Amino acid sequence: MASTLKTLFVDKSLCKGCGICVAFCPKSVLNISNEKVNIIDETLCIGCGMCEKLCPDYAIYLNEKEGK
Amino acid sequence: MTHEIIEKYFRKDMMPHIFCPGCGHGVLMKDIACAIDKLDVDKDKICLVSGIGCSSRATGYMDFNTIHTTHGRAIAVATGIKMANPELMVIVITGDGDAAAIGGNHFIHAARRNIDLTVFVFNNNIYGMTGGQFSPTTPTDDYGTTAPYGNIDQDFDIADLAKYSGATFVARGSVYHVDKTIRLMERAMLHKGFSVVDCMSNCPTYYGRKNHKGKAPDMIRWQKDNAVDSKKAETMTDEELTGKIIIGETHHDNREEYTAKYQKIKDRFVGGIK
Amino acid sequence: MSSKRVLMQGNEACLEGALVAGMRFYAGYPITPSTEIAELAALRLPMEQGSFIQMEDEIASIAAIIGGSVAGVKSMTATSGPGFSLMQENIGYAAITETPCVIVNVQRGGPSTGLPTSPSQGDVMQAKWGTHGDHPIIVISPTSVLETYQLIIRCFNLSEKYRVPVIFLMDESVGHMREGIEIPDKSSIEIIDRKLPDEGDDTWLPYEADGKEMTPAIPPFGTGRKYHITGLIHDEHGYPTSNSEKTNKLINRLINKIENNRDDIITFEESIPENAKIAVVCFGGPARSVKRAITKAKEENIDVGLFRLITIWPFPEKQIAKLSEKVDHILVAELNNGQIVNEVKRCARHGCSVHHIGKIDGTILMPDEILAKIKEVI
Repeated sequence: MASTLKTLFVDKSLCKGCGICVAFCPKSVLNISNEKVNIIDETLCIGCGMCEKLCPDYAIYLNEKEGK
Repeated sequence: MTHEIIEKYFRKDMMPHIFCPGCGHGVLMKDIACAIDKLDVDKDKICLVSGIGCSSRATGYMDFNTIHTTHGRAIAVATGIKMANPELMVIVITGDGDAAAIGGNHFIHAARRNIDLTVFVFNNNIYGMTGGQFSPTTPTDDYGTTAPYGNIDQDFDIADLAKYSGATFVARGSVYHVDKTIRLMERAMLHKGFSVVDCMSNCPTYYGRKNHKGKAPDMIRWQKDNAVDSKKAETMTDEELTGKIIIGETHHDNREEYTAKYQKIKDRFVGGIK
Repeated sequence: MSSKRVLMQGNEACLEGALVAGMRFYAGYPITPSTEIAELAALRLPMEQGSFIQMEDEIASIAAIIGGSVAGVKSMTATSGPGFSLMQENIGYAAITETPCVIVNVQRGGPSTGLPTSPSQGDVMQAKWGTHGDHPIIVISPTSVLETYQLIIRCFNLSEKYRVPVIFLMDESVGHMREGIEIPDKSSIEIIDRKLPDEGDDTWLPYEADGKEMTPAIPPFGTGRKYHITGLIHDEHGYPTSNSEKTNKLINRLINKIENNRDDIITFEESIPENAKIAVVCFGGPARSVKRAITKAKEENIDVGLFRLITIWPFPEKQIAKLSEKVDHILVAELNNGQIVNEVKRCARHGCSVHHIGKIDGTILMPDEILAKIKEVI
């Protein structure tokens, strides 16, 4: 259902580059570059929310609003 | 969900927080807010009390009635708050050193009284704030800056310590098991009595590095790979449980709560001295 | 309502006075010679719909009363030397967080376990400097059972008004003394409660303070305004900072809220006969022996002045300086090896000699001993 599809948001000002989100993302959506999280391919995202749940810095989250 | 919780319950002008990259405390702090969000209580009545150490900096970021006390004394201060106004929901955020070493006496006596406090121990097996000294939960033979030849101390199991001291709700959660930990936190807060959730955190900066546990993701994956639910653990042998960590509720009883007992004494004098 | 006459013990008067002041939470740990205060608190507080708790040690006791006060209830603990030592860290915490609370120390002989059942005034300097760092403190010492009753109320009033821990420095002789006292009519007693923020004030900050009292309006937990309390140096929001300017601002305000209000805080008893060449400076229980010595001196036609400190800290510097202009000699009588005497020396003008009589053996200063010392000095 397209209407419930969530969009991934990153707040780089909060990211400390620990890599937890990258390690636990089941679909290789993310990587770390220049010590910050980076979305490589959002089309791969299944909206499981692991990155959001395990981010200690609240720097990455899924949102129902439309992405940028 | 995290985003809404942060917007709702955090002091955003204080962000980013001081925890090191990959420190599990940030996840646990958010989990507490998620659990609070589920509660049907007046949020203005919630007090968060902490001691000293990495764990105890959490109160500074959370938008409730918050007090960052002295080292080891959070439970004693929380006891005073609860006694003075039992209508307040009093939650303690503490660490393994804060709760079980310098504050160990307060921890066991509050448990013995069964006063209605909820204690979340952010247990990262090390003193992080002072740079990696071994704590009462650093496993025997592990390393810390004050255990350069390996730790010869026997470690405490926080959940067992709570149970055998008289706590009436005891559970263990972890950074990895987010949903489960939130549920345990919620139940701990709803429980009328002294409740403890031993929250397994991870300190990649000191404990992880000193003990070759890898980086933060490796430490969290270790939690995932070695956790056994408390119900399942009941069916396992000691041998099978070696090296495992038991998560979930580990103890629960309905012994009468302390301030309720005290209220009965007060009630004898309602309307003057009889 | 009128006053009524009762026979009371000093420790009892301390607790009964505290109840009149509005104290409704007590946390403590048994220790001689203060234990009767805890026993009476356990008995009396539930009758007043207040709460008592016996904690696991004195560190927990002061921590708990800080919690009680943060929850908006006037709170106290009572202890003696060894327990007072254990409380020191959190006295500093109460000072920096501006948490009103009253700590009663019924002094006994020290150091360490010392002389548990004997009087002493050995904790005078500890009361001021026992906790680390520069900090404000108010210390008050009673000389009689009636004054214990009256001054414990004053301790609460000052604590609430200036949001500062107040130490009530009793000693074993006053704590265990029984006297007939006239309990004052409650309607004649002034009770001060802490200042609260104005209801509609949108610009309120928990640690912002102005005016002469320089004391912030911090509401109890659970009353709708959420804020942070920390023992770290903090800004007006209550948030930790290590900024030098903000550090200076906080520490100076904490100290100046006491310094700038010395006239309100300091009380004393003074009577200096016109021809007196000598005055005795004293406080607490030993002041009773001093008064007897002065009467005896008068019988021998020796005029001796009396200056009894009631507020010990902040020290009445101005008053002692003035006293030293009136007399040639000051004798400081105290039950220790010389603590307040050094403060008197610091404040006395040149030309006035300062002497000391003290005791550290667990016995009280006897009037004849004081009289002999007076004669020796003049």
